Amino acid sequence: MSARLDELFARCRSENRAALIGYLPVGFPSYDVSVAAMLAMVEAGVDAIEVGIPYTDPGMDGPVIQVAVDAALRGGSRVAHAFGAVQAVSPHVPTVFMSYWNPIEKYGPKRFAADLRAAGGQGAITPDLIPEEAGSWLEAAAAEDLDPIFVVAPSSTDARLAGVGNVSRGFVYAASTMGVTGTRAQVGDRAEELVTRTRAQTDLPVCVGLGVSNGDQAAVVGRYADGIIVGSALVRALQDDGVDGVRRLTEDLAAGVRRR
Amino acid sequence: MSAVPDISGHFGPYGGRFVPEALIAALDELTAAHESAKHDPVFTAELDRLLSTYAGRPTPLTDARRLSEHAGGARILLKREDLAHTGSHKINNVLGQALLTKRMGKQRVIAETGAGQHGVATATACALFGFECTVYMGEEDTRRQALNVARMRLLGAEVIPVRTGTRTLKDATNEAFRDWVANVETTHYAIGSVVGPHPFPMMVRDFQRIIGVEARQQTLDLVGRLPDAVVACVGGGSNAMGLFHAFIPDESVALVGCEAGGDGVETGRHAAPLTAGTPGVLHGARSYLMQDEDGQTQDTTSISAGLDYPGVGPEHAFLRDSGRATYSGISDAWAMQALEMLAKREGILCAIESAHALAGACDWGRAQVAAGRDPRDLVIVVNVSGRGDKDVDTAARWFNLVSAEEIAEAELVRAHEGEQP
Repeated sequence: MSARLDELFARCRSENRAALIGYLPVGFPSYDVSVAAMLAMVEAGVDAIEVGIPYTDPGMDGPVIQVAVDAALRGGSRVAHAFGAVQAVSPHVPTVFMSYWNPIEKYGPKRFAADLRAAGGQGAITPDLIPEEAGSWLEAAAAEDLDPIFVVAPSSTDARLAGVGNVSRGFVYAASTMGVTGTRAQVGDRAEELVTRTRAQTDLPVCVGLGVSNGDQAAVVGRYADGIIVGSALVRALQDDGVDGVRRLTEDLAAGVRRR
Repeated sequence: MSAVPDISGHFGPYGGRFVPEALIAALDELTAAHESAKHDPVFTAELDRLLSTYAGRPTPLTDARRLSEHAGGARILLKREDLAHTGSHKINNVLGQALLTKRMGKQRVIAETGAGQHGVATATACALFGFECTVYMGEEDTRRQALNVARMRLLGAEVIPVRTGTRTLKDATNEAFRDWVANVETTHYAIGSVVGPHPFPMMVRDFQRIIGVEARQQTLDLVGRLPDAVVACVGGGSNAMGLFHAFIPDESVALVGCEAGGDGVETGRHAAPLTAGTPGVLHGARSYLMQDEDGQTQDTTSISAGLDYPGVGPEHAFLRDSGRATYSGISDAWAMQALEMLAKREGILCAIESAHALAGACDWGRAQVAAGRDPRDLVIVVNVSGRGDKDVDTAARWFNLVSAEEIAEAELVRAHEGEQP
């Protein structure tokens, strides 16, 4: 039985802390090492994992993730491999995909949802899919009881925040700044405002991504968000210091969300 | 047919908006600005004035009598977008978008470019309007279109070579989108073709449709009737949509699109998504594209930087499926032969992109004659979308017009120039 996102957020709320969600792309630097790094994140205290499906044209990603997914694709990482990674980590923590829309459309949304459910996955974050274009995905996800997770941005109007809240399940992904993924010295001050505005429109947990890279930032953002999402910093740690680097950074981040 | 796109930017199953949420507010703002500008006589008068006094419109229709024999005897009329200011049709769209930028109160414009023609047009309009300008160009393309890089910099634009992915137009487009997400509140992204999220495919078509409006009237004036076919090259597809659109209701007129066949469509090394691709989502819209079974974008091959792109505008996908337009791939070799033919027989040095259209027109004319049509009754309009100055270097190598020593010397000079900031 795989762990569920709603149970996770309920537990974190009872512990009076934010959830820590970590992202790594499948196949960087190899399939085996990427899965080992995800399992190391679990051991070091991550609460949920975003399994990234590498894509040739990652328009929402900055240079760190671009370079990693390029390398993964050159190394032969396939969409089918991503289900294997979900299967490996989903018994331990709630696991969702992070995928651009075209690989899902090409795979077939129904089959994609069925295979994700079979692998123990809880849902998927789709950074270039807006609710208006998501009809086939919402249908497929509902049929498999998966959580479709959509993104909101500082530029989203209140009406759009409400629209995203209506179709999302699991949580809402709040992009902290106007920009692409990557580590930043400071998480934008628009993040807190966005979380507040989003909460006014939906009861779903609101998790903040883009720019969180260390325990101190996790502590700051964790005071107002239901979860923090870390991607580029973990990819960089894997690139520079291997699985141990991922483990150390995850420990720092896990301590950060528990700091009061 | 004229009802497309619908209010959400869909051409049947194609088009739409597949972009990060962060861009939606800007796309809504642009849609509203374009909609109100379309019905604002002050805006349209200003655009008309710029098109006539600055861009040099209307562009002429040239009767290319010496080309007939290559097209089975059909009469070939050339729509001369190569004579527009900056040397291609791209200026039509950019002047429209520059006026919209001003209307929205933005001061910075970014663009992607492949062959450099859209980049040059954008740099030109930014100079004219006093906007800050940044152009993203694949590193591979900055090499094969070095002349246009120099032109953009002379015009005051910053040219950023893109070193990710395949280092061509596709990756330049990704980079431009990333810039836009981060700077959307102050910056307009002037997309150069009928691609991208709504409203771009519709808006760029609206700014380019003057090509077909003029060509239709000019053909009526010259030959007293509509042409049998209008032919254009298709990369993203803006010059083709511009030529086709006014002719869509004229059912007797064949709409013929020529994609980049590269080494030959049958080899798999080409850039012909409408001919050999499948439907999918790239750069903000659903259309035909070159992708593998995982939905990963495939590498493309074409001698023409402007056509070397794995996607195509969604309205072309719609026209293809409906059968209203037909598309085929023209190989590098056939396009280069057509380029030489036009140069030697009519004294017109066209862009390699446009040479694909000329080759396709010859194919179409011959096929009609082979099917029993009388060539004396056939009139074909070909869009010469751009001039060929930028391609002289490529052509010199292709036709061995300069010696190996001369090429080596030119490369030394270029390598040295490349070291300059």
